[in-house]
Amino acid sequence: MSVWIAILATAAGCYFAKLLGLLVPATALERPLVQKLAALLPVALLAALTAQQTFATGQHLVLDARAAGLVAAAVALVLRAPFLVVVGAAVAVTAGARVLGG
Amino acid sequence: MRSRAKTDSAVVGDALGVGFAVGLSGFAFGVTSAGAGLTLAQTCALSLLVFTGASQFALVGALAAGGNPLAAAAGAFFLGVRNTFYGLRLSQLLALPRLVRPLAAQAVIDETAAVALAQPTRRRARIGFTVTGLTLYVLWNLTTLLGALGAEAIGDTNAWGLDAAGPAVFLALLGPMLRTATERLVAGLAVLLGLGLLPVLPGGVTVLVAALAAPLVLFLKGRGERRTHIPKEDVR
Repeated sequence: MSVWIAILATAAGCYFAKLLGLLVPATALERPLVQKLAALLPVALLAALTAQQTFATGQHLVLDARAAGLVAAAVALVLRAPFLVVVGAAVAVTAGARVLGG
Repeated sequence: MRSRAKTDSAVVGDALGVGFAVGLSGFAFGVTSAGAGLTLAQTCALSLLVFTGASQFALVGALAAGGNPLAAAAGAFFLGVRNTFYGLRLSQLLALPRLVRPLAAQAVIDETAAVALAQPTRRRARIGFTVTGLTLYVLWNLTTLLGALGAEAIGDTNAWGLDAAGPAVFLALLGPMLRTATERLVAGLAVLLGLGLLPVLPGGVTVLVAALAAPLVLFLKGRGERRTHIPKEDVR
């Protein structure tokens, strides 16, 4: 049940975030500080999420096959590979590392 | 009119390309979500209702880690706030009638904004926004369903390395954002906070604390700039 609450809360929040941008006058959110914060917030969130979902299981820090997968994704990104190739490289290398690691 | 038809078909081609490429990664989301323990209905509801990939991956990741559901939803919501700023820019560019806006809002995401904002005219921006949005919505939901069904069929999704799909998606979104030293500093600090506080704070909350890296770096930068500016004004 609590999963459904989380889903509906996320859906409502994300929808109103999208709609707000289309409805409010452009000047309301165009203060430079707000714009800068809006650009940097996703950077912080994505970086923290990437790190946690690579180097943690539950609340424990771990170093496992996912780290190898993430390195592969980073290499693909630097080589300007398409989105799907980046994700595919991470999945394939993680699976491969697990096979090799027993 | 021939040239207009030609440029119209070019923008449709671009839009379909982006729509297909990203729409297919809905498969990765479906698998990840099912692997995180969400039911088929819950997984499909996320893609139908939330329809902004990073938030969806963040939510199922946080729920899988055993995080508080509301903290998980808050993290996903903050990731979705960037769409507000896409909406602001798209609103001026597309000049949509008021009645269309509630419907169009669901399609205000990274990819539609990227395609629409790259167009030189309002007509082409509208075509790009609409075609990208519709292609993505249909494919993202279809591939989510297939991914969730596939995950149930293959059993242990981690053995296939599919638990690396989520972080790889985040990294792929993050990479192009790291343009200047400020962004890199924010990212580095967020990683330190996110990992360092994980063992001591409840799951899901750490991501929100790590988000504070953004205002913190802005504040420190602002102070640094003020300090270097004041002496110049004194001289003048």
